[in-house]
Amino acid sequence: MENLKEYIEKRIPEAVEEGGEILTLKIEPGAFRELAVQLRNDFGFDYLVCMTGMDWGEKLGVIYHFRSTLSGENLVVKTEAFDRENPELFTVYDLWATAGLNEREIFDFFGIRFINHPDMRRLFLRNDWVGYPLRKDYDTGDTVNPVRLESDETLDVTPVLEAQEDGIVEEKEHVVFKDSEYVVNIGPQHPATHGVLRFRVSLEGEIVKKVDVNCGYIHRGIEKMCESMTYPQTLALTDRLDYLSAHQNRHALCMCIEKALGLEVPERAVYIRTIMDELTRVASHLLFWSTFCMDLGALTAFFYGFRDREKILNLLEETCGGRLIMNYNVIGGVMADIHPNFVKGVKDFIRYLPPMMKEYDEVFTGNIIARQRMKGIGVLTREQAISFGVTGPSGRASGWACDVRKVHPYGVYEKVAFTEIVREDGDVFGRYKVRLDEIRESLRILEQLIDAIPEGAYAVKTKPILKLPEGSYFSSVEASRGEFGVFIESRGEKNPYRMKFRSPGLPLVSVVDTLASGNKIADLIAIGGSLDYVVPDIDR
Amino acid sequence: MFDFSVVTHWVDQLLRSFLPEGWAILTEFILIGLCLLVGYAVIALVLIYVERKVCAFFQCRLGPNRVGPYGLIQSVADMIKMLTKELITINHVDKFLFNLAPYIVIIASVIAFSCLPFAKGLEIIDFNVGAFFVMAVSSMGIVGILLAGWSSNNKYSLIGAMRSGAQMISYELSIGLSILTIIVFTDTMQLSQIVANQADGWFIFKGHIPAFIAFIIYLIAGTAETNRGPFDLPEADSELTAGYHTEYSGMHFGFFYLAEYLNMFIVAGMATTLFLGGWMPLHIGGWNGFNAIMDAIPSIIWFFGKTGGLIFIIMWFKWTFPRLRIDQLLTLEWKYLLPINLVNMFLMVIVVVFDLHF
Repeated sequence: MENLKEYIEKRIPEAVEEGGEILTLKIEPGAFRELAVQLRNDFGFDYLVCMTGMDWGEKLGVIYHFRSTLSGENLVVKTEAFDRENPELFTVYDLWATAGLNEREIFDFFGIRFINHPDMRRLFLRNDWVGYPLRKDYDTGDTVNPVRLESDETLDVTPVLEAQEDGIVEEKEHVVFKDSEYVVNIGPQHPATHGVLRFRVSLEGEIVKKVDVNCGYIHRGIEKMCESMTYPQTLALTDRLDYLSAHQNRHALCMCIEKALGLEVPERAVYIRTIMDELTRVASHLLFWSTFCMDLGALTAFFYGFRDREKILNLLEETCGGRLIMNYNVIGGVMADIHPNFVKGVKDFIRYLPPMMKEYDEVFTGNIIARQRMKGIGVLTREQAISFGVTGPSGRASGWACDVRKVHPYGVYEKVAFTEIVREDGDVFGRYKVRLDEIRESLRILEQLIDAIPEGAYAVKTKPILKLPEGSYFSSVEASRGEFGVFIESRGEKNPYRMKFRSPGLPLVSVVDTLASGNKIADLIAIGGSLDYVVPDIDR
Repeated sequence: MFDFSVVTHWVDQLLRSFLPEGWAILTEFILIGLCLLVGYAVIALVLIYVERKVCAFFQCRLGPNRVGPYGLIQSVADMIKMLTKELITINHVDKFLFNLAPYIVIIASVIAFSCLPFAKGLEIIDFNVGAFFVMAVSSMGIVGILLAGWSSNNKYSLIGAMRSGAQMISYELSIGLSILTIIVFTDTMQLSQIVANQADGWFIFKGHIPAFIAFIIYLIAGTAETNRGPFDLPEADSELTAGYHTEYSGMHFGFFYLAEYLNMFIVAGMATTLFLGGWMPLHIGGWNGFNAIMDAIPSIIWFFGKTGGLIFIIMWFKWTFPRLRIDQLLTLEWKYLLPINLVNMFLMVIVVVFDLHF
C-alpha cells in the first residue's frame, strides 16, 4: 500500500479524491488501462469486488472496487468516458475475469462499450431494447419500449471493438456459435437451472464444448427502481434478490445506510441480525443440499433437506411473519422483537440438526456413485476463483479465504469463535463439503449467540424520510452464496442517486463455461448445482 | 399343489365340444390375449400405486391417500385421465415413426410378459428356446425408444435416445451372459423346464457362488435395462427434462409409462424364474412338515411374492442412489460387469463339468 501511495504521489497526484473512507482515485480514461495493469500485477489488487456503471450527469463512467486478497486493502478507482454520445472504455476482463459479464451489464445499462471485450451483447435486456435504462436521461415512457409480443431473437454474432496496434479502434464481428455447432438450450425452463436461467450449450455428443449464459429472464431493474424510492422503501427489494439470503442482503443495505447516517444500532438488534443471518445461511445450505442431490438424481435426499429447512422457516415465520421474504431488518435495528418462543426454538433446532446431518452423510456424501460424480469434476483453481470474483462457499472450496465475516467483520462475528471452512480441492465435492461444514459452523455460532442476546431496544427510531449525506458508500456482508455488497452514491437527497448491488450470483454463472467445457452434460448439471446460484440474484 | 392346466384343459375341452377345431383355437387365442392384456394393465396399475407408496415412505411422505381407501384407486383414476387426454400432434416430427414408437415399446413388453411362467401350468408361450425368445423380444423395445427419440425432432429426446441405445446394447450383454450362466447349469432354455429343474432347490442355492454372482449381475443389468434409477440416464429429468418421451402426450406417453413398469416386472419375473425357482415353493431337504406347509401355498402366490420382493429391491435402488454419468455407466458394464460375467460363466462351466453343485 505504501508503494502504491508513493507511486500515486509521483505519477498521478491529482487523481486522489478526498473524503471517502477508502482511498479513491479518479483517472482519465486514457491512463486508466495502464494503471489497471499495474494495480493487478504490481500492487496485488487481484480481486475486483464490484464494477459499478455510473451516470454523473455530464459524463458516463465506471467505478471499480478493488481489494487485495493478500493485504485486504481496498481501493476505489473511478474513470469517465470522454464522449457521452459514444462512450468507450478499455476492458479489464483480461486482468479480472469477473469483468467479462460486468462490462456487458454496464454496456446494457449505460451503453458504455468496452474496447477489446470479446462479447458486447446485452446481458439482461432484449437485443431490440431501445436506449440504456440506467442513464439519467433515459425516457421511461412505454412508447419507447412497448411490451413486445414476439420473442427475442437469439444472436450468434456479437459486435466488438478491437484496438489495433496503432491505437485505432475498429468495429468487428465476433461469432459466438458457428452454424455447424450442435447447440442445445438448457433453460430457461429446465429443472436443473433452479430458475429461469438459460444456457446455450454447444455439444459434441455428450461433451460440452462451450456454454453461453443468457441472463435477464427475471430482470426487474431493481437498481433502477431504487433510484426513485426513498431509502426505507428500497429495503423491500433486497429480499427479492437472492431470496435464500434475504436477511443477509437486507443486513448489507441497512448497514450501508446506517454507516452513511452514522447511526448507532442497539446491541440487541446486532445480535438478532447476526442470529437471523446464520439461520438463513443454514436454511440456504440445506436447500442447496436438497436441490444438489436432486440434480444428481438422488430424489429422496431432496425431501430430507426440505423437511429440516422447514423447521427454520417456522422459526423465522414466528418472529418475522414471513417464510421466504422476511422484511425483518430495518434502518436502525429490526422490525420487531423476537418471539418469546424463538430462543427455545433455535436451541431445539441446534440439537435437532446434527443427527440429521449424519444421515445426510450416510445417504449421499458417502455414496460411491455420488463421490464419483463429484470428485475431480469442475475444478476451479484459486487464481480463477479470485479472478472471477467467485466468493462464498464456492470460492472457499478453491482455497480462497474470502469470508467477509473474517475479512471485514460486522455484526457480532468478532465476538464469536468459528472456523472459516477452506478446502483446497476446488471441485464439485469441495464446494459440496464446504457447505455442509458451514452448516455445522453456523450452528456453533448460533449456540454461542442465542443465550447472549442482550436486553434493550431492538431498534432506534428513525425518520420515515432519510437523507444520506453526499458521498459514496460501500458495505458488504457474507451472504449464503458469497460477498453481497451494496454501493450507494448519494447526492444528499431522499432517494439514492445510484444504488448498485454486488451480487454473488453473477460471478458464479460466469465460471460455468470455464468449468463445464470439456466435461459431460451430466457434469454441467452437477457443476451448476454445486455453484448454487440463485437466478433473481444474477438478474436483479 | 394346484395345477392350472386343469382349468385350461377344461376350457379347451369345452370349446372343442361345440366348435370345430380351428374356431376353438381362435377363440382360445382371443381369450388368452384378453386375459394377458387385462393382466398386463392390472399389474401396471398395481405397480404404479406400489411405486408411489414405496417412494413416499422412503421420502417421509404418505403418498396417494385420497382416492379410495389408502389411495388404492389413485392409479385407476390416473389411467382414466391418461386415456381421456388429447394426443397432441406436433409440427415437424416424423409422424409415422413418432406414432409407431410407443406401440413397438408396448408390444415388445407385452410379448416378453407373456413368456413368464406365472404359476404351475400357467404358461402362455412356452417352447424349447423360451429364455432366448424373451431376451430377443425384450430387446426390441430399444428400437421403439430410439425411434421415439429420433422422430421427436427434439435435441433432448435425441440425446436421451442415444444414451438409451448405448445403455441397452451394453447391458443386454450382461443380462444375456448371466442368463447363459444359468442355462449352462440347467441344460435347457425352456422356461417351464427351468422352473421344474428347481423343484429340489432354487438355482441361487444349488448353483453355488457362480449362480449368486450371476443373480447380482442380472439384477444390476436388469435395473439398467429398464432405465430405472440409478441408471435412468435416458430420461434423466434433471438433465434432459424427460429424455426420449419429452414430446409425447396422452396415451402414447402412457404406453411408455406402462412399459417402463411392466419391464421392471418382467426383469423381476425373469430373475424369479431363473434364480429363485419361479413358482416353486421353498423346500428344505429332510424338513417334510415344513415342505408340506410350503406346498400348501398356491404357486401363483410364490411367483408374485418373489417377484414383488425383487421389485421392491429395484425400487429401493431408485429411491436411494444418485444417477450415474454416461461414461461411468458404460465403464461399469464394459470394464467390470462383462469381465466378471465371463469369468463367472467359466466358473459355472467348471462347476457343471466337475459336478460340484448340490
